[in-house]
Amino acid sequence: MTNPALATLLRDASGRLDLLPYAAMLDLSFERVDGELQLVMPFADTLIGSPGRLHGGAISGLLELAGLLTVIAAQPEGEALPRVRPVTVTVDFMREGAPVETRAAASITKLGRRVVNVHASAWQGDRAKPITAAHINFVLDWPER
Amino acid sequence: MTSFAEQVAQFMGPFVGRVPHNKQLGLRFIAAADRWVELQLPFKPEFLVDPDHGVWASGPIITLMDTCVGMASMLARGAFEPHATLDLRTDYVRSPKAQATVTARGECYRMTRQIAFVRGLAHDGDPADPIAHVAGTFMFSASKLAGGWQ
Repeated sequence: MTNPALATLLRDASGRLDLLPYAAMLDLSFERVDGELQLVMPFADTLIGSPGRLHGGAISGLLELAGLLTVIAAQPEGEALPRVRPVTVTVDFMREGAPVETRAAASITKLGRRVVNVHASAWQGDRAKPITAAHINFVLDWPER
Repeated sequence: MTSFAEQVAQFMGPFVGRVPHNKQLGLRFIAAADRWVELQLPFKPEFLVDPDHGVWASGPIITLMDTCVGMASMLARGAFEPHATLDLRTDYVRSPKAQATVTARGECYRMTRQIAFVRGLAHDGDPADPIAHVAGTFMFSASKLAGGWQ
């Protein structure tokens, strides 16, 4: 991800994420809540994986984007952005995803220049009862100087 | 008399692509046997998260792999019982080729009373040169509410 428009967008209080084709498909937007970047995935019939439940793959995709965008937002302002790609993604499914709005946020465990370790979680209504969580290791590829 | 794997291939195989989120992605059934399943995900521009560099989002790959190994666990179970993913780890060993059709092959290598242990790989043409490996577990009868493949 080297799109400076995205880094600029993420400094806003809220917005849509249509710059990312996959986020556009999931109809994602973001909101800053007390400084934290939260992703919002509205319910849609197309997210269903088994009767009455969200597909775990879509929730996993939401978690990865929460991680990815948190990593982008953590990069120093005004500098070239690295390409950010996940190398390992481990997802724990704690509760079934109900057919309602899902939110996700991520925290950076270690922000390195080449590797960023991230924990992301998704919830529906009650933040204290996450439905799904992920541990993601991202590798950053910096553009040639 | 047809085997459970044959029943799955005939009836549940085509059903895989009718699950709403699988349908949105365009996932399709290829083949199945007693403990393994092969599915395919033809490329769509919506799968990218970074169009400038052709970087794929994880979501479509994880949806493909979760569906694939979940179905493999059902085959190993030999019955349409409710089950839910407990965890799934994906290792991206390399990036897929631009606009590649991704093929997933998943197997259930161990079934216990409650847990199915699964593994699988995704490739973009050559199974000997995968793009991702997965390992995970599924819980059977984790919840009476779990929809599974009923």
